[in-house]
Amino acid sequence: MNAPVKPYGIIAEFDTPADAMHAAEKVRDAGFRRWDVFTPFPVHGMDRAMGLKNSKVGWFAFIGGVTGYTCGMLMIWYLNAVDYPILVGGKPMFSPYSAFPPSYELTILFGAFGSLGGMLFLNKLPRLHHPLLKHRRFAQATHDKYFIVIETDDPKYSETETRQLLETAGSKHIEMVEE
Amino acid sequence: MATTHTDSVSQHEPSSPVIGPGYNYGSITDKISVIVLTGTTPLSWFAGFLIAFALLQALQLAVAWTVIFGLGTWGITIPIGWGFAIVNFVWWIGIGHAGTLISAILLLFRQQWRTSINRFAEAMTLFAVSCAGIFPLIHMGRPWFGYWMFPYPSVMGIWPQTRSPLVWDVFAVSTYATVSLLFWYVGLVPDLGTLRDRAKHKLVRLFYGVLALGWRGSAQHWHRYETAYLLLAGLATPLVISVHSVVSFDFATSIIPGWHTTIFPPYFVAGAIFSGFGMVLTLLIPLRKLCKLEDIITMRHVDIMCKVTLATGSIVGYAYAMEFFIAWYSGSPYERFAFINRALGPYWWGYWTMITCNVLVPQLFWFKKVRSNLWIVFIMSILVNVGMWFERFVIIVISLHRDFLPANWAYFKPTWVDICTFIGTFGLFFTMFLLFIRFLPMIAISEVKGVTPQADPHHPLGGAKDGGHH
Repeated sequence: MNAPVKPYGIIAEFDTPADAMHAAEKVRDAGFRRWDVFTPFPVHGMDRAMGLKNSKVGWFAFIGGVTGYTCGMLMIWYLNAVDYPILVGGKPMFSPYSAFPPSYELTILFGAFGSLGGMLFLNKLPRLHHPLLKHRRFAQATHDKYFIVIETDDPKYSETETRQLLETAGSKHIEMVEE
Repeated sequence: MATTHTDSVSQHEPSSPVIGPGYNYGSITDKISVIVLTGTTPLSWFAGFLIAFALLQALQLAVAWTVIFGLGTWGITIPIGWGFAIVNFVWWIGIGHAGTLISAILLLFRQQWRTSINRFAEAMTLFAVSCAGIFPLIHMGRPWFGYWMFPYPSVMGIWPQTRSPLVWDVFAVSTYATVSLLFWYVGLVPDLGTLRDRAKHKLVRLFYGVLALGWRGSAQHWHRYETAYLLLAGLATPLVISVHSVVSFDFATSIIPGWHTTIFPPYFVAGAIFSGFGMVLTLLIPLRKLCKLEDIITMRHVDIMCKVTLATGSIVGYAYAMEFFIAWYSGSPYERFAFINRALGPYWWGYWTMITCNVLVPQLFWFKKVRSNLWIVFIMSILVNVGMWFERFVIIVISLHRDFLPANWAYFKPTWVDICTFIGTFGLFFTMFLLFIRFLPMIAISEVKGVTPQADPHHPLGGAKDGGHH
């Protein structure tokens, strides 16, 4: 009755960070595109093993910071020099020096929003529902196991060859993940 | 090959380890998450919560009293327009600074020992800033108009006066509270994922699952996460320095003798870190015992924190001496009088309590024997905070009580409302802190895992087969 559902991907378990990293190098060299490694903590060198490029989060923070500083300066100039100027002790209506501390704080505030928002946006989080989160063994990924998942949507994916690749890479436990 | 092997091992195992021996990351998850996910809350937690919650009621009463009957119920009079409230504000916000220092500045310096204590130091920051924020708000007299401090287009057509450091303070403190919260929460996300995956009960899993935002531990996510975390640390570092600098501008830009000085920003920042480390030690020493975390928060952590306390305490001592020198060197009779009055005036006991607790007592930390005796460290850490409270009292009350005209001189006495508000904020602080250690992981699980040798793919314990060469 029901059409067979295409599985989400193939999941291979590893015991140590070194095993997962060597396997990731093999998967990278085999030319896969839609795959990922899952680790309980950031493993150093994994980005190179996976062939990841520098992340773009920095740009979000930078744009946030520039926006914050510009907004702060423009806002203070408008408030105290244009819309409602009050003369206090002969001081200038607008001075970049007295406007600096609030603008500096806004630089940091918007920069922080930028880096956090940029990270969540690029990671496509929050996403509370995901095929992997339903997988029985996957809960170990936040505990003490390492996983490599290759999606079935990957153009190079083939049920036998991909499994074989992960086996030769040293995984002792390989399963399919349902969509 | 054999020599390179031992080299790479010794490189990763310093003489005194950050984490106690015999831990792998599986047992770290168990050890920390069981404190949160246990079904039985220890009796000591309830006892502590009861006391904290009772103190919180004192705060409620005092704040309600202030709101109903006004600021006349406080001890403040002219010329002492800033009394307990501002002392407490500066004190609490200073305590918060150690949290950001530990989490942000030490991250930038790649100090691995921070991982065991950063989460809970960040929480301390948040709660201390919450306590601090209450004081300027109720000091306004009409706290229900607190939103007037923010630049919003009002029907009155006026704006905040951004040339005033008090308005800078609004920006600084609200940014500080927001960024501290973001930094803390970002750090929590992977650990919330761990709790989600380990929770047995469906509702508990849902609770942590929603908070974890669907974190899966993906290496691509980690890659961006680490960048974002580093950026937040890089932003929080100049922030923490600016916050107490701006707080010090509240004083330094005025013309009151004893306030009008350029040494204030660095002196305030050092004092803030000093008091914050004192508070971290006060909280951490009983906590590691009660939660049996002696292997994760080791004696090495206590030792390092004692050294930081010693260093910042000495900077503060230098600042006290320099203030006196400048007062004499300035040639200004008002300035000279202000400082002689501090040491020998009617509040001499406040000044000498400050000197004893902040300058003399921390010097004991030069001795290894003192640093390794937890009882002495605990008592000294409390004295540090007593001293820092008195520092703010000295700066604020003693500078104000004898101003330029002797006819205006007065003597400040706190009322029960002042005292109740101050003690009540401890209730607020510890209520939030106890809720935090019960419901959230007080140690950054994923970060502690990351500093174990098992986590290093180039280390034999991490599975490296070729002696660490890759």
